[in-house]
Amino acid sequence: MDDALALWSYLARDPLLWLSLTLAAYITAEWISTLCRRHPLANPVMIAVILLALVLQVTGTRYQTYFEGAQFVHFMLGPATVGLALPLYQNLSRVRRAALPMLAALLSGSLVAMLSALGLGWVFGLRDSVLLSLVPKSATAPVALGVSEAVGGIPTLTAAMVILTGIIGAVVATPLLNALGVRDWRARGFAVGVAAHGIGTAHAFRVNPTAGAFSGIGMGLNAILTAILAPLVVGLLF
Amino acid sequence: MIRVLLILLGFQLAGETLSRGLGIAVPGPVLGLAGLFAAFLLIPRLAGYMQDTVQGLLGHLSLLFVPAGVGVVANVDILAEHGVGLIVALVVSTVLAILAGVGAFLLVAKMTGGLEDG
Repeated sequence: MDDALALWSYLARDPLLWLSLTLAAYITAEWISTLCRRHPLANPVMIAVILLALVLQVTGTRYQTYFEGAQFVHFMLGPATVGLALPLYQNLSRVRRAALPMLAALLSGSLVAMLSALGLGWVFGLRDSVLLSLVPKSATAPVALGVSEAVGGIPTLTAAMVILTGIIGAVVATPLLNALGVRDWRARGFAVGVAAHGIGTAHAFRVNPTAGAFSGIGMGLNAILTAILAPLVVGLLF
Repeated sequence: MIRVLLILLGFQLAGETLSRGLGIAVPGPVLGLAGLFAAFLLIPRLAGYMQDTVQGLLGHLSLLFVPAGVGVVANVDILAEHGVGLIVALVVSTVLAILAGVGAFLLVAKMTGGLEDG
């Protein structure tokens, strides 16, 4: 028993354990998602997060310890974002033809994301820095954190809101757009990328390659637009 | 695969340098995306060369968000502090943003005669 405890206390501090568990949780989540016939409610990010959160809770592990292993996975977000240039390039002629619809969707999706979050947050009694933290929630995390700080929000709170927004977008997009009978994969993907950044884009790639390509473009463009618009919107309203 | 990874990291590094160096609010990886896209336009062969590795990476994009997601659960008390209203605001606002984006896209696509169904 003492040996087992000694082994555990060694492994629990080792990045190897948490890196392995992150991959295992993801594979398990993919498996559950397949069992549920890829139902959008069985979102693999959400399932893997819940599994890992349970493991951390049960073993009393701090997030910082977990992240020492998980950071290797987290790090790959950067190169993967750069890689979104590939589907963009491969769909270039369709992207060119869709330039005007994309511009309209970008402006309206981005503004509605910011203004509706402010309006709804205010209705629900959120004020000041907490309310302002909501403004950049649809942008990809690094942009959102910078914008949150710039407009007087709380960056750590924004970080949580950004991830939640992504998961919400990934879960609601497919049932919502199926119910409305939207069949244009460009429109579906692009709108999800604008509203729910990378997690929405990851979902879009699972559903349809065209949706994934356009979602990546929506995410990239909204990162730029949010950085420009959010300070203006907050300046006008507050 | 290693060469493709190096190309991706190289563009990210260039993007970070530009972003930090010039104080641009756009994150390094997004600038790197733009740079790699420009490289594809200049050297079309590069896209085919990188295809397998990049598609492998993008096929598991979901995995890459898991560590950050666990962070939200670890900090769930910050969110819980602000009550159910905050969550409801996030859900409704995300739905509205998707609808606004899809609506505007389809409207303008219809006006310019470029709908793609199915």
